[in-house]
Amino acid sequence: MEFVYALAIGVLTGSGVWLLLRPRTFQVIMGLTLLSYAVNLFIFGMGRLAVGRVPIIDALRQADPARYDDPVPQALVLTAIVIGFATTALFLVVLLASRGLTGTDHVEGEELEP
Amino acid sequence: MSLVWIVILPFAGSLCAAFVSSRARNTEAWLAGMVTLACVVMALRCYPLVATGEVVRETFQWAPGLGLAVTFRMDGFAWLFTMLVTVMGALVVLYARYYLSAQDPVARFFSFFLAFMGAMLGVVLSGNLIQLVVFWELTSLTSFMLIAYWYHRSDARRGARMALTVTAGGGLCLLGGVLVLGRIAGGYDLDTVLAAGEQVRAHAWYLPALVLIALGALTKSAQFPFHFWLPHAMAAPTPVSVYLHSATMVKAGVFLLVRLWPVLAGTDAWFWMVGSAGLCSLVLGAYMAMFQRDMKGVLAYSTISHLGLITLLLGLNSPLALIAAIFHIMSHATFKASLFMAAGMVDHETGTRDLSRLSGLYRAMPLTTALATVGAAAMAGVPLLNGFISKEMFFTETMFVSGNALTRIGLPAMAVVWGIFSVAYSLRFILQVFFGPPAGDLPRDPHEPPLWMLFPSALLVLACLVVGMIPAIAIGPYLDVAARSVLGQGTPVHSLAVWHGWNLPLIMSLVAMVAGTGLYRMLGEYQRGTTVVPLIDWLRLDGKRLFESLLETLDAWADWLLRWLSTERLQVQLLLLICAAFAAALVPLAAGGLPAGSLPLTPLEPAFAGMWLVGGVCAVAAAVQAKYHRLAALSLAGAAGLATCMTFVWFSAPDLALTQLVVEVVTIVLLLLGLRWLPRRHQSVDDARVPLRVRLRARTRRLRDLVLALIAGTGVAALSYAVMTRPAVDGISPFFIESALPLGGGRNVINVILVDFRGFDTLGEITVLGIVALTVFALLRRFRPAPESMERPVQQREQDGDGSALLRDPHALLPVGPMMLPGVVVQLLLPIAGMVAIFFLLRGHDEPGGGFVAGLIVATAVILQYMVGGTAWAESRTRIFPQYWIALGLLCAAGAGMAAWPAARPFLSALAWHGTLPLVGEMHLSTVLLFDVGVFLLVIGATVLILVALAHQSRRGHRRQEEAVPASAPAPDPAVSGTERG
Repeated sequence: MEFVYALAIGVLTGSGVWLLLRPRTFQVIMGLTLLSYAVNLFIFGMGRLAVGRVPIIDALRQADPARYDDPVPQALVLTAIVIGFATTALFLVVLLASRGLTGTDHVEGEELEP
Repeated sequence: MSLVWIVILPFAGSLCAAFVSSRARNTEAWLAGMVTLACVVMALRCYPLVATGEVVRETFQWAPGLGLAVTFRMDGFAWLFTMLVTVMGALVVLYARYYLSAQDPVARFFSFFLAFMGAMLGVVLSGNLIQLVVFWELTSLTSFMLIAYWYHRSDARRGARMALTVTAGGGLCLLGGVLVLGRIAGGYDLDTVLAAGEQVRAHAWYLPALVLIALGALTKSAQFPFHFWLPHAMAAPTPVSVYLHSATMVKAGVFLLVRLWPVLAGTDAWFWMVGSAGLCSLVLGAYMAMFQRDMKGVLAYSTISHLGLITLLLGLNSPLALIAAIFHIMSHATFKASLFMAAGMVDHETGTRDLSRLSGLYRAMPLTTALATVGAAAMAGVPLLNGFISKEMFFTETMFVSGNALTRIGLPAMAVVWGIFSVAYSLRFILQVFFGPPAGDLPRDPHEPPLWMLFPSALLVLACLVVGMIPAIAIGPYLDVAARSVLGQGTPVHSLAVWHGWNLPLIMSLVAMVAGTGLYRMLGEYQRGTTVVPLIDWLRLDGKRLFESLLETLDAWADWLLRWLSTERLQVQLLLLICAAFAAALVPLAAGGLPAGSLPLTPLEPAFAGMWLVGGVCAVAAAVQAKYHRLAALSLAGAAGLATCMTFVWFSAPDLALTQLVVEVVTIVLLLLGLRWLPRRHQSVDDARVPLRVRLRARTRRLRDLVLALIAGTGVAALSYAVMTRPAVDGISPFFIESALPLGGGRNVINVILVDFRGFDTLGEITVLGIVALTVFALLRRFRPAPESMERPVQQREQDGDGSALLRDPHALLPVGPMMLPGVVVQLLLPIAGMVAIFFLLRGHDEPGGGFVAGLIVATAVILQYMVGGTAWAESRTRIFPQYWIALGLLCAAGAGMAAWPAARPFLSALAWHGTLPLVGEMHLSTVLLFDVGVFLLVIGATVLILVALAHQSRRGHRRQEEAVPASAPAPDPAVSGTERG
């Protein structure tokens, strides 16, 4: 499982980085989206993978840390997801404004090369 | 308590002055005058204590753990300086009231004036060296504002900039010096440093500390070679010159030298560094003063010269010279301020300060003439005036210098030369302006200034006379207290007297008088033909020119560096960023490699692998399609997001999965809304248009990026695999699991962390979310789409035909046309979604859910109304003010935090109430729930605001069309105009 999980992160990162380096703003925003999936998965993975150990305390398992998944990366990722949405929105609006002002959707604000 | 008030009161007054009407000259002057007089009174009340040799201290602990405290400290010397600053301030306020014209914005003047005074008092009364530097830089800053008071004049702006660059740069040196000094002495407290004199002078770091501190002091006091800023600062209004450039700010430098004299003085390094700077300024300033055409120019160079005198006295390493220096600080301030005032009055009444145009003013301005003449006589050192006493003290001190023949003979000789120059320029200043034939071509008809404007000058001249005649009574005791506070036990016996008998200094004085008068006569002949300053101008030694060329060189270097080290191109920056990240990751890898860990692997599930096969293909496909097929790319990326979401479910993170799912929906809707404003792009068109060469280059670039992407992907995959196969380290996680129920009162550990343990982080996060939403809203208000996107998109035109769909009645019960059925469903969905959201919100503490998820669910339901019914239709029935939701959410969350205060517990501590209510039964209420409700409200507001603001843009293009059809109802536009109406 770990191998597949790492591979998934790798593929998402690779696609994201590739898109980040492209010249069109929409490509960059898609790249950021994919990269944020990868980063969220990466942070989440830092708590190690655990099946069936939802960090919700129940009577059966008591409060034994060994029986639960690490909650700290989860809490971090949860806020990261929400903030990721906010930055995507901000970036989208900035790119739209830039497109309106400069007449192009190139990240540099001018057509260098297609 | 009064010391701190002496410093605070001027700042408070400055704030008040800034808010009084900018034309209210009298109100402003009264305010400033009262503040200043209050400071005088407070300082006076300290005198009885200070006079006994006590040091008044007030300390406020700031960060005791770091040894940082705010300390105010007043001894005899500080008291004398405080009196100088405050009394002079009161006189200048009165003078400025009449000097400034009705057109000048007086509020700005008095506000900065008071702020300067506060900063200056702060310097004087600081009992901590770092605190002193802070006030020191404040004086530079406020003086910049005051010099540039008439900022419409380019000379004022340039002069202010130069003064700020030089003095603030010196201030930075001073900070460095003080840090070194404090380090040597073992503390920054002034008393600690003063007690560590021996230790400091013997230390290896003494010289660096001395150089840096001297740089700070010499720049501030306009000493050679940093003197050039002072004449250019004369572009300031005259009251500023009176106050800053004669009495107070330039004295801050020598103040510091006196203050640290017991610690730093007494070495050869001190003698040569401070003494020679003083000597150069002394002679050079007096020499330059003889050739100035501007009255204030003469006074500026004379100030440099007199400050040089003080600096030289301090550099002589003798206690008696130090006493002479303190005396001259006072006496120079009195006569120079009165002369500046006179120059200002001449300027005010005649409209010019040009010595070659002014003449014979004594007929029109007899009182001014009398005051200026006495002041100038004091400057020249005529007997029975205070300047004479300082000069005698100075001459006496130069005789006692030990050393080789050069210093023993050279120093008194230079002193006499200085005396000659001083007499010459003082004579010229008076005779040229006030005597001789009446001037013909003055811009204004001269007459006597108002009496109240003369009054401050008259008081100062009176002081010159009194001190000059009965020095031992008028200033003796105060000088003694000041000297004792600096020198302590080692204070030598000294006496102030007018007559010391026929001795060498007196003969030196007489020589200077006679020779100076002769020089003045010769000078008059010379200056009739030319304005060139002999020697200085021949050698082209112009400090201003040097300074400006230095700045230009610095600028050019900075440009060059920027060009070589940075780029404006964002693409290149991103590339460099990724390369740098890669390089940073390589460093530890090169050291130890990445061996696989020992943790047993989780058994592979084929379904999971299959899911990520699809997810990975989707991600790659999204990357490929993002240029020409945006919608497809968006859907594919969404699929990758779903795979992420499923992964969270799989590995015990239901909260994450829920949040990811709803955020996914909202993000996709958001990006869909944006698609419409992007330019159309067709691969076939692009390919045909671009020449082969360019295409080849693009292909190379893509190859490079592909390699980078592959490296990045492999690297991150390897890294995550390596970490995930290692056993977890002991962190803070067990604490959260163990204490979630007993301390947080909730079973869902994630939620407890978010709203309770780390509630402050969450508060910050939702604040950011709110700010982003408002920013998006603000950016879109001024949004101007590209002209080609203004028209309705092809798809919409095809679907709606001639556009009649736009004229649909927004008040219809249901949207007409193909969206009628979805409209019904969506309307039913809204209350259900609300219910689900509240369910998730309430159970969040114990089960998966919480404010974030709940808020996003509501936001999704709202945006669905827009999507199905259209903006006009949706807004004709619901009026959402998302801004209020944001505000309410923040208030709720912050209120939940503050609720802990009455219970005397820290911000955001959870308070719970457990009890039984009639009918309802057992209830558990906690401020944590209120906090989560705040999160919920804010998330709804922010998300809806962002989405609706974006959705609204599509209506802009058609609004004109709609307005053209009078039958249609006016287009409501709450998202854009909601704030204006609400």
